Amino acid sequence: MIQHVTEPVLEVHDVTVSYQRKPVLWDVDLTLPSQALVGIIGPNGAGKSTLIKAIMGLLPLNSGYVELFGKSLKEVRHRVSYVPQRESVDWDFPASALDVAMMGTYGQLGLFKRPGARERKLAMEALEKVGMQDYANRQISQLSGGQQQRVFLSRALAQDADLYLMDEPFAGVDIATETAIIELLRQMRETGKTVVVVHHDLQSAQDYFDWTILLNMRLVASGPTHETLTPDLLEKTYGGRLTELSKVSELLHKKNFPIRETKPVRK
Amino acid sequence: MNTLWEFLSMSDANVRFVTIGSILLAASSAVVGCFTVLRKRALVGDAVAHAVLPGVCLAFMLTGEKNPLVLLLGSFLTGWLSLVIIDAITAHSRIKEDTAIGLVLSVFFGIGILLLTAIQHSGNEKQSGLDKFLFGSAAALVGQDLITFGAVAVLLLLSVLLLYKEFKLISFDMAYARTIGLPVRGLELLLTTLTVLAVVVGIQSVGVVLMSAMLITPAAAARFWTDRLGVMIFIAAAMSAFCGAAGAYVSFTAPAMPTGPWIVMLLSLLAIFSFIMAPKKGLLARYLLQRRLRNQMTRENILKTLFLLGETKEEFGHSYSRQQIMERRKLPLLRMQGGLKALCRQNLVKKDSAGWALTDAGRKEAQRVVRLHRLWELYLTQYLQVASDHVHEDAESIEHVLTPELEKRLEELLNYPTTDPHQTIIPQQP
Amino acid sequence: MNIDAFWIILTGALVAICCSLLGCFLILRRMAMVGDAISHAVLPGIVLAFLFSGSREVWTMLIGAALLGVACTFLIEFFHKKANVSADASIGVTFTWLFALGIILISVFAGKVDLDQDCVLYGEIAYVPLDLWLTQSGLNLGPRTVWILGGVLVVLLLFISLFYKQLYLTSFDPAFAAAIGLSTTLWYYLLMGAVSLTTVAAFESVGAILVVALMVGPPATAYLLTDDLKKMLLLSAVAGIIASAAGYYLALWLNGSVAGAISAVIGIEFLLAFVFSPSHGLLSRRRQLMPVANG
Repeated sequence: MIQHVTEPVLEVHDVTVSYQRKPVLWDVDLTLPSQALVGIIGPNGAGKSTLIKAIMGLLPLNSGYVELFGKSLKEVRHRVSYVPQRESVDWDFPASALDVAMMGTYGQLGLFKRPGARERKLAMEALEKVGMQDYANRQISQLSGGQQQRVFLSRALAQDADLYLMDEPFAGVDIATETAIIELLRQMRETGKTVVVVHHDLQSAQDYFDWTILLNMRLVASGPTHETLTPDLLEKTYGGRLTELSKVSELLHKKNFPIRETKPVRK
Repeated sequence: MNTLWEFLSMSDANVRFVTIGSILLAASSAVVGCFTVLRKRALVGDAVAHAVLPGVCLAFMLTGEKNPLVLLLGSFLTGWLSLVIIDAITAHSRIKEDTAIGLVLSVFFGIGILLLTAIQHSGNEKQSGLDKFLFGSAAALVGQDLITFGAVAVLLLLSVLLLYKEFKLISFDMAYARTIGLPVRGLELLLTTLTVLAVVVGIQSVGVVLMSAMLITPAAAARFWTDRLGVMIFIAAAMSAFCGAAGAYVSFTAPAMPTGPWIVMLLSLLAIFSFIMAPKKGLLARYLLQRRLRNQMTRENILKTLFLLGETKEEFGHSYSRQQIMERRKLPLLRMQGGLKALCRQNLVKKDSAGWALTDAGRKEAQRVVRLHRLWELYLTQYLQVASDHVHEDAESIEHVLTPELEKRLEELLNYPTTDPHQTIIPQQP
Repeated sequence: MNIDAFWIILTGALVAICCSLLGCFLILRRMAMVGDAISHAVLPGIVLAFLFSGSREVWTMLIGAALLGVACTFLIEFFHKKANVSADASIGVTFTWLFALGIILISVFAGKVDLDQDCVLYGEIAYVPLDLWLTQSGLNLGPRTVWILGGVLVVLLLFISLFYKQLYLTSFDPAFAAAIGLSTTLWYYLLMGAVSLTTVAAFESVGAILVVALMVGPPATAYLLTDDLKKMLLLSAVAGIIASAAGYYLALWLNGSVAGAISAVIGIEFLLAFVFSPSHGLLSRRRQLMPVANG
């Protein structure tokens, strides 16, 4: 079940991505509608984070291309926001919550310009939206896991983008924070944003997302949640890997084969 | 040449001592180094090496003489202390390991330098030669020292030999070692002690600054030649021993030359040689493999193109000019030329006045590739739900990789198909 | 305080500020050992620059050696990524090799190169006041080294203050930085270039090891005292300055190397912060065994 939309916010066209010369995502081809709350769901090692990183240009593509708002990432970078996994950074870093939120404005600033009063105000507003205004000057290592995640979200909000890609925003947060975050994401959707979230929990996925992407080394499904979260498709996603695909990946890796004969060409 | 002969003949007892000493020192640090590198603690050795200096100076200041045993003891103590401090800093503060290593290394060394220079300026006659610890001098090894250091080196090698399998296990999988009841903590302590010992004896020949190379470099180089720990240790020790002997030779011919840097230089060159030239893992081997694969792919692509050209006419013996082949499939001209020639040699294509044609054997081979291509396309559409107009590019690459076992498996999975997603016939096994 | 002491302490302080500013970014990126590697690896660059320029022509030396420092980071990356040597081993192999090369070059060209092996390790900061910069008219402008270090400090201050946000972001969250279009590789190499430049400038007066001590020690001390990067930069510079002044007098008292003494003081500073820091010290951590749970 792979449903495509016209005038997509995001088009992932035939994308193959590999990690250390081993393909982890095969021929993913999908489009996402605008103003949606999208969940990316799949077992561990299914390539969920890889997909997001590939969209953000953080990993090289072996084939295919990605288009956002019908353009290449370079042209519309300011309209896209990325929230990395919380564990990916060192929370002992000497920075306050406000500092982190302010980083969201850096993309708009020029090479030399320093963040000023305007940026500070934007960052404060973003912190307010996630309910962290009282912690603005708190050092980030003193925050709880859920608070750190909120600070990360506020940084994305300060970017004021139209498309948000979030890598496991619910990992390691308490239930109250999770509810608060999903509420916030819903509000964002109401104001016309599209939010893509890597998510672990099948139970909650049903209520959270209006569009779901099922992934396990390949795209199993992409479409409205009620059509994709079916027992049949879930069995396909979680019922183990495709042996042949894993074997070919392994072969490519071991024998040092090029993943693709030719470099990907942008259309 | 004469000096080399004189050196090799070892007629001079002194030369004999120095050479054997250097070989023992170098080999023992390489052996221990293999474990340090595999346990990803390579740079810790660097810290220990630098931390030895204040110990040497303190021991000298306290006793007022250069007794090798006392110096050894002093350096052993500060070497150990540095490790304890690194662990304490990382465990009890938010300082990360690399910072702790850098800090301990430079502070201990700084204190060592302070003491060393203070001693030098104090006018004590016996101090001369203490600064040999900075860059090492194999020639400085004489009688008494040699026996001490040689004994330590032998002790080191023996303990590694006796506890080989335990060390192997804790280097590979600490958690597992603990579950099967090995005294992991004690073994780790012992291994660390051995590292410190190796450093302490090794600095005689290379000095404190470059000592870490004696631990890291041979191990890193040996790793490229083998996947087995025993062999790796042996190769590392052999490389080091050779360089140690060469260092002794340098000391012998040119006493003004610092021995340590020469040993390290030789070792590094050996290591870089290994990185590039080692079979299988070396850069060159990997590059050549890559090229061979590319060539194989080009050949298979040519065969396939000829097959596809024939398929439209259902006649496979026909000859096609290079132009026609290129029209059907864009191939880099140079590579195609090589590919055609190689195929000719393998008797898979033949050349005539009109161009190139498949031989019978060539047709079979081409058929195999086309078959794999179409099977994979079918697999992609059925199992990965890739749209049929998107599968071609993927199959173009994977067709070269699929093994006969995978081919069989795909056939079963797809229920012995006869047509691909584009409704083209899948050629049967020739 | 006589004038020589002033110049020596000033030199030490300038080196300390340069090193500790960059060191803050290094330790936050967990690259302290890369700094260590660079500080050793610039040696052959310095020797070669000496040989080719035939003199202590400052800019040839600075540029030549700084290039080598960047080349060293390239090599480390190359061995690690292309040849699959593990990260720490590739650091260890690379810098010991380059350093050995430098020492060998020094001994081979002993007559032509005005550097000796010991000086490479701990510099000769005590000789700084001897190498004066005299103008054509004979005006004494003070020690040459002070001017060079001053120049490097100005470059560094400009670099850090102009590109603070880039350095900050690429150090904290490289993935996010890349996502908003910053090139992490570019900033990585720019930082490494700055580290190399500083190392070379400081090398002559304080030697390879003290550069490491100053690059790691004061920032580590400051890291235990504050949670604000700007304050951390400031504090580490202050810690470096104090160390260079105290170190000078310690060396005078013990009649030993100034560089060594400065390192020793840095060690003491760190120890104090490690135990007594109000926020992250050993004592306060003990007291905080029961963490305050608020929010």
